[in-house]
Amino acid sequence: MSRLAVPKTYKLYIGGAFPRSESGRTYEVVSASGAFLANAAKASRKDARDAVVAARGAVAGWAGATAYNRGQVLYRIAELLEGRRAQFVAEIEDAEGATRAQASAQVDEAIDRWVWYAGWADKFAQVAGNANPVAGPYFNISVPEPTGVVAIVAPQDSSLVGLVSAVAPALVAGNAVVVVASERFPLSAISLAEVLATSDVPKGVVNVLTGSPAEIAPWLASHADVNALDLVGAGELDWVDLEFAAADTLKRVLRPEQGPDAAAPTLDRITAFTETKTVWHTKSLK
Amino acid sequence: MSGTSLVTARERALAVLGGEPDDATLRRYLHGIAGVDAVGLEQRAAALGTRSIKTSSKKWALDKIISLIDLTTLEGADTPGKVRSLVAKAVNPDPADATTPRVAAVCVYGDMVPFAVDALGGAHGDPDDGRISVAAVATAFPSGRASLEIKLADTVEAVAAGADEIDMVIDRGAFLAGRYGLVFDQIAAVKEACRRPDGTSASLKVILETGELVTYDNVRRASWLSILAGGDFIKTSTGKVQPAATLPVTLLMLEVVRDWHLATGQRIGVKPAGGIRASKDAIKYLVTVAETVGEEWLQPHLFRFGASSLLNDVLLQRQKMTTGHYSGPDYVTID
Repeated sequence: MSRLAVPKTYKLYIGGAFPRSESGRTYEVVSASGAFLANAAKASRKDARDAVVAARGAVAGWAGATAYNRGQVLYRIAELLEGRRAQFVAEIEDAEGATRAQASAQVDEAIDRWVWYAGWADKFAQVAGNANPVAGPYFNISVPEPTGVVAIVAPQDSSLVGLVSAVAPALVAGNAVVVVASERFPLSAISLAEVLATSDVPKGVVNVLTGSPAEIAPWLASHADVNALDLVGAGELDWVDLEFAAADTLKRVLRPEQGPDAAAPTLDRITAFTETKTVWHTKSLK
Repeated sequence: MSGTSLVTARERALAVLGGEPDDATLRRYLHGIAGVDAVGLEQRAAALGTRSIKTSSKKWALDKIISLIDLTTLEGADTPGKVRSLVAKAVNPDPADATTPRVAAVCVYGDMVPFAVDALGGAHGDPDDGRISVAAVATAFPSGRASLEIKLADTVEAVAAGADEIDMVIDRGAFLAGRYGLVFDQIAAVKEACRRPDGTSASLKVILETGELVTYDNVRRASWLSILAGGDFIKTSTGKVQPAATLPVTLLMLEVVRDWHLATGQRIGVKPAGGIRASKDAIKYLVTVAETVGEEWLQPHLFRFGASSLLNDVLLQRQKMTTGHYSGPDYVTID
């Protein structure tokens, strides 16, 4: 007797839960050869709003965790990714039509980048911060603090490595993230969300939306409770309009990047979503 | 203000009950009321909550909700400054948008009434005239565990300080023990204490604390009892007990109000309080009111929301509708 296959339902990841889109909409995800792979949730603007609410609620806890603790939590995600390697390789092979070697290389790169960023968590403040010389008996110290809620349009031409390269650096400093996954390759993003849900990342710190970036991004760009906007994967959209919308509420904006080096790992991607806080403190009182 | 005098209320109670409002008569009457179909009630409430309210209707609903709010602060840590900032918010909920309506009333502890009255100044008055009333909780709020003398003194003091509305709690212990006559007498006595020297009377809201009454049957009985004893409003909860206001309980109380109106022609108000934080939920209440007792009840003398954080959510939704983009908590006050 032949067995009936049990296909997986890919849903959104908001506030640590996996809801369907509030709109009830789904869209078909097809493989490189055009074969049906899965139905993915097509997020609406209200899902984006809910994700921002979840992210806002998570900022205080995540930003308040010690840098050392954040580093450990992020490193553990890399460990879990390693354990799920076979699943990600298979998904990338199906979705992108890549060979096993290419897919494996992409998963390796994603995990390595995650580890690289995890290592920065308790180190970037030493590099990006400073003890400023001042004309008086004071310590004057500048430290980078997280910006808050960061909305990201993930690179559209990659399943996993693009998403990781955009999300991980925003998390390092203590921001909470709402990320719109690649429209064509959304399945690895939801599998990554399953990794996050079973890791030690507090709920709401990462929220993953699948669907049309052209539809969702304008709502995130104009949202008054989003503090920064990473348009790395928005090259195909009217991203100048998104910048205009973001300017109304003085968001930090990263512009689109194209090509194989898009979202390459740099310290700048971490510090882009920080605000410098400078404090004065008296030197010893004699 | 619906100034039903105690005499007529008592006479009407006598006529309805067919005897003195003592434990035995009230028990016979209240236990003779048909039981509540809990499944049907919850289904009806859930069905009323599925309406999709969009654009112009939603805009109307949001403004209506603001004009029906009793903006509340009932904390042990309340200070005169906290009450002043509450009043400032009640008078001008969204400083960035002058078209935002004012709330109906501010609701504070009795000892904070002078500060609220003082802070309101010329804005103090009847919500029908675009002014803001002062409501005070009294009668040993929230537990109600004090002697009648203390409860009455609490009430008299708040009314003398300028409260327009008194939110009293019923003695749930007495009610659950079947001492209906005692509960009736206490409500009637507090109603009497709401009278001012000039003959007018503060409006009396009777808090049932439905979370402690356990069953829908008890809620229905307590609603009838409170109305019989002269309450101008019946209110679900103190906000200090979970569950507080729920849609089924509010629907049930609205049905009692509807039946009372059909029987006597008198209009009683309803105030759900506690736990209503989202505009979406508040809109469900508006739908329930309109469908149960009629749109006529959607006015400050017949329906109120007891809420504090609800106002901020309504303002965020309102800002979304006026600006076209989502707003955030940075654009409303921290309460």
